[in-house]
Amino acid sequence: MSDERVVTVPIGPQHPALKEPESFMVDLRGEKIDAVRMRFGYNHRGIEKGCEQRSYTQDLYLVERVCGICSYAHSTAFVQAVEEIAGLELPRRAVYIRTIIAELERVHSHLLWLGVAGHEIGFDTLLMYTWRDREQVMILLARLTGNRVNYGMNTLGGVRRDIAPEMIPEILKVVDSLEERVKYYINLATSEQTVIQRLSGVGKLTREDALSLGTVGPTARASGVDRDTRRDDPYLAYRDVSFKVITDTHCDVYGRTVVRLGELLESFSIVRQLIKNIPDGPIAIKAPRRIPEGEAVSRYEAPRGEDVHYVRGNGSEKPERVKVRAPTLANTQSVSKMLEDGYLADLPIVIAAIDPCFSCTDRMVSLRENDGNEGRTMSWEEVSRYGVEWHKARGIDFSRVRIPGGAGA
Amino acid sequence: MNALLDLLRILVFPGMIFLVVMGMAGQYLDRKLYARLQNRVGPPWYQPVADLFKLLGKESVIPEEADKGMFRIAPVFALAAVITAFLYIPLWNARPVLSFQGDLVVVLYLLLIPTLTFFLGGWYSRSIFSTLGAVRSITQLFAYEIPLLISLLSPALLANTWSISGMVQYYAEHPYRWLFNLIGFGVGLITLLGKLERVPFDAPEAETEIVAGSFTEYSGRHLAFFRLAIDSEAIASSSLLAAVFLPFGMGLPLWWGVPLYLAKVAGILFVLAVLRTVFARLRMDQMINFCWRYVAPIAFLQVIIDLVIKEVF
Repeated sequence: MSDERVVTVPIGPQHPALKEPESFMVDLRGEKIDAVRMRFGYNHRGIEKGCEQRSYTQDLYLVERVCGICSYAHSTAFVQAVEEIAGLELPRRAVYIRTIIAELERVHSHLLWLGVAGHEIGFDTLLMYTWRDREQVMILLARLTGNRVNYGMNTLGGVRRDIAPEMIPEILKVVDSLEERVKYYINLATSEQTVIQRLSGVGKLTREDALSLGTVGPTARASGVDRDTRRDDPYLAYRDVSFKVITDTHCDVYGRTVVRLGELLESFSIVRQLIKNIPDGPIAIKAPRRIPEGEAVSRYEAPRGEDVHYVRGNGSEKPERVKVRAPTLANTQSVSKMLEDGYLADLPIVIAAIDPCFSCTDRMVSLRENDGNEGRTMSWEEVSRYGVEWHKARGIDFSRVRIPGGAGA
Repeated sequence: MNALLDLLRILVFPGMIFLVVMGMAGQYLDRKLYARLQNRVGPPWYQPVADLFKLLGKESVIPEEADKGMFRIAPVFALAAVITAFLYIPLWNARPVLSFQGDLVVVLYLLLIPTLTFFLGGWYSRSIFSTLGAVRSITQLFAYEIPLLISLLSPALLANTWSISGMVQYYAEHPYRWLFNLIGFGVGLITLLGKLERVPFDAPEAETEIVAGSFTEYSGRHLAFFRLAIDSEAIASSSLLAAVFLPFGMGLPLWWGVPLYLAKVAGILFVLAVLRTVFARLRMDQMINFCWRYVAPIAFLQVIIDLVIKEVF
């Protein structure tokens, strides 16, 4: 195969490297990447619209399902915005409990990422080890909240479960044991030759690019951008704890690994401080069913970067508008920059290094020509018939297919 | 009667069926060790057999674009080459099923055929992932095959024979002289990882990039034969390394010799499993760099050592 020939390799929508459907068309010259064309939108679920049709309390559970990993980030960002509109002052204990859960979620998310990164560079042992260790924090979260993910911990005006005094030593035990493990992984990532070879110099993103492409979270911090919503715009109880914002100047996947591992150690320290200072008192106040008119933007430093929720209330039980900006949306732009002049072999780890969550990101944006054509509404039957006709026109044989509802056939 | 006995030796013991059974046992050992080293439970002992029969019973889909003949013949060819090679390798005594002066070169050639069939099978699948995997297979071949060849030829230089059984005899007559070849043994183990396409040299079938490389389009019994060929290749290559680099205790009676041989092969498989546990996958360019910059010179060092020793004794 001549080096000059360009071969297009489809990575996705279905591909073993990808946990979610999204498409990367990669033009290759030999093993080198010439260009990457990304396409998202396979996961659009209409959550924002769904929120407008449900009450605030129901939305809390819907929004929690935006992401399967940082579910608490979305739920908390949403509830913060609603509470701001309603002018609710939360009991301190509730705020502390929320912060503890938030940091434990960061721990499980970063450990998950480390395992995925290991798998992407063909180091499955790392995957097995980190996910085994991650199990400790998952079990702890399940004991604290009742669920491993989608904790259902938040409610308007506080949290739904208290942290019992006998759980405190358990939390500290898990934190201690994980801290030791994370130190081991830091040692491993900074000394194991094959890992360093696969990570350093891969997926370069300069500080200028990181800023101009608007990256957030560990991706930005690994390029030397000193930004962390927890410190810059403190929410929850972050004002009461001291922690370092980990940055790195490697500007590559190695840097992103170092930042995430460093953040894990900071999270352990935050959880310890919170547990030491957790105040007594009620865990929730009564919230009104109708949220007054008003709007609020809430920022939240999710494990993957800054998560932004916008909520507008109109005085009824349902919000008028909910907008979710997941951190992955801010980071996807940088991926094609990182892949420039890279190898095909590095593509999975470079994509994985922004810790993408595409189903959280997918929103529908419809661009309309300004020609007065406002589109039209189709009934389910019409949509079904339209789909059948569309595929028939492209030569698909429907004679042996039975379509429920009888449309088309 | 003699012809029948020969046929039995070729087909049953220590030929084809023995090799296939060993291959599955080896696969089990490798998977179990790999799992235990990763803190997992691992498969039950019959898993390789279950996998094989399940694959054999499944539909084999051949892509429309593929060259049907090549696609079908490649897995069978790979298995046949490995079985033939195995017949020339002395296992627990200096008398393999077949032997002649120069069989070392033939065995090396036969053990190279599976990689070539990976290339051909992948190339003629005509899928983009298979093609990339095929190209990577053949690129990798050039990186590991030369050091492997050199490392296996240097003990032959010392023994002054091109036949493996001759080498075994030589090292039986001069005990402890095989200790001089330990560097070559290390090179052999590393390059074997490349030959078997295992971590860190599994770029040709890196699932996170190119799905399953050459085997992407393979399914059903064709895939089963490929898998069987790879498992058998692992056993045949380990046996070759055992015969060349660990040629001690080869004169023992059968009931001592066979367990010793199995222990040697298990030991080599253990080392391979450990190596594949502790490394990440190297990129193609890193792999080639590594083989030519470090492994090949070390293999040459082994040749020089053997030449010097030959002059001394």
